[in-house]
Amino acid sequence: MNDSAAPMIELDEVRRSYLVGEELLYALKGVSVRIQAGEYLAVMGPSGSGKSTLLNILGCLDQPTSGSYRLGNRDVGSLSSEALSEVRRNEIGFVFQSFHLVGRLTAAENIALPMVLASVPEDERRARVADALEAVGLAPRANHRPNQMSGGECQRVAIARSTVMKPRLLLADEPTGNLDSANGAQILRLLESMNAEGLTLIVVTHDPNVGRRSDLVLVLRDGEIVQRVAGRELHPDALLEVPA
Amino acid sequence: MRPIDVIEFSWTALTRHRRRSLLSVLGITVGVASVVVLTAGGEGAQRFVAQEFASLGTNLLMVVPGRNETTGALPGVGGVPNDLTLGDVRAIRRELRGVRLVVPSAIGNDTVANGERRRQVAVVGTTAGFREVRKLQMAAGRFLPANDLERGTAIAVIGSKVARELFGTENPVGRVLRVGGWRMRVVGVVASKGRQLGLDIDDMVMVPVATAMRIFDLSSLGTIYIETHSHADVDLMKKKVLALLAERHGEDDVSVITPDTVLGALNEILVALTLAVAGIGAIALAVAGLGVMNLMLVSVSERTVEVGLLRAIGATRKQVQRLFFVEAVLLSLCGAVIGIGLGWAAVQVFVAFYPEFPASPPAWAVASVLVVALAGGAVFGVLPARRATDLDPVDALSGK
Repeated sequence: MNDSAAPMIELDEVRRSYLVGEELLYALKGVSVRIQAGEYLAVMGPSGSGKSTLLNILGCLDQPTSGSYRLGNRDVGSLSSEALSEVRRNEIGFVFQSFHLVGRLTAAENIALPMVLASVPEDERRARVADALEAVGLAPRANHRPNQMSGGECQRVAIARSTVMKPRLLLADEPTGNLDSANGAQILRLLESMNAEGLTLIVVTHDPNVGRRSDLVLVLRDGEIVQRVAGRELHPDALLEVPA
Repeated sequence: MRPIDVIEFSWTALTRHRRRSLLSVLGITVGVASVVVLTAGGEGAQRFVAQEFASLGTNLLMVVPGRNETTGALPGVGGVPNDLTLGDVRAIRRELRGVRLVVPSAIGNDTVANGERRRQVAVVGTTAGFREVRKLQMAAGRFLPANDLERGTAIAVIGSKVARELFGTENPVGRVLRVGGWRMRVVGVVASKGRQLGLDIDDMVMVPVATAMRIFDLSSLGTIYIETHSHADVDLMKKKVLALLAERHGEDDVSVITPDTVLGALNEILVALTLAVAGIGAIALAVAGLGVMNLMLVSVSERTVEVGLLRAIGATRKQVQRLFFVEAVLLSLCGAVIGIGLGWAAVQVFVAFYPEFPASPPAWAVASVLVVALAGGAVFGVLPARRATDLDPVDALSGK
């Protein structure tokens, strides 16, 4: 991590509010954070603390109500809907807790989906899908559908899909939440190996073990960052305050 | 996103729920098939009549009793016309220039028999000119003698089927045939011709006109056929015939049918039929389109998370819209193609049973119904596609 380099992600006093009935609720209350390229960040906090909202804003799926978000050299707030789609397609990968694979498509077809949207030529698609399947150890399962695979395998397919466009940033929302400990550990190792190759990794998690493996942990509560700590320095007592 | 990828992705969504998709396209299928069948029927009717007249030539006029010329189809309805007589035939021959043939026809049904073999057939009383008017060929013997308008000799010319049924492999020429209580000598057998203007030439017996009028105790002829030298004379001849017979009968009490009047009347019917078919088709396709829209709306709400995922991995609003829009159009296309196939198959089955009726769906109808079905799919696909586009990606991912 190089602190002197320009940050890849720069959030400045980001707020996100929702009108529920007549009441204005704040999901994020002035969050500021800088993340360097290649960093591994864990976002922790109790349910309703604003973790997913932060992840959605970082993934350009949602926009701050106020404050600014710069990704690379761009002010995300000034981008059109089309441009945001392009950013998501080319620069950001998403991994979800419940995988979100398209049930009617095979593993290979699910992985190819972002390339289909990007009109990547057929030959290149095939080659990249084969590489991605190889990387997640699922080459023999290429033609299986999600209902023919285990949860761990589905998550590996989802990871392959999220990285097939070679994004700079990977956002994972509780990637091990629906997996047993063995599969969870395997998925984490996979994500960390990608981070080791230079991919910026941001993981939302309730699991303290995940936080302790990251470079930096942000602990959110009620829409605010209440703790910033290096993963390895995360105090075990502090973790107890974060309900699972 | 390449068009082929859009189609492929939308197709997988449709085939995931095959039964549901098929049921929703059923309406379009039925609507399209109905239009194909009905227009094939209309086209077949037009061709059938055109063929019938073409087989008789375009120089022909048919004079029938009764004044109901406007439709050209049902003369004789309304009023009691004067008889059409052999005197009228003679008058036309005598008075009107430009006439090539004047042939009377009186028709009845009776049992004809050879020994114990009997058959109920049409018996046409006519003259030698009937052979020319109906373009008949002889299989054996000769036709009725020329200039036999009054004599009423006991001779008969029989159709090929009558010959086969009553005489088997024997040569009927020279044999005696009983027509009702009358004994006739068979002088000829007409070569097979099939049906022509409602008459089955093969299953018919032709006798001199005076003979037929005696057999059936007729005071009026059924039809007088008049053939002119050229098609250009037909309209003028029609006026002359009407004027002559009005003078003879003291009133306008006959109709003159020409191929043009019948085809004109038929065209009017076909225009009405086409409009009716268009109306039925439009209603059927609109109802079917609502079915497609309903299915697509259900599909959008079922696939909310999928829409969220597509947006998350970089699909633009337009791409999502296109995917659902193409799905609706594909549904309509499938319905239309299946409908055209079914309609065409139904027409083929009909034609197999009734080969003389040349029904065939016209290309314009097939093209129109395809375009209308696709346009319907497009129109009814807009709302679901827009609904999918309007989904907030964050909400969609959480299945809201």
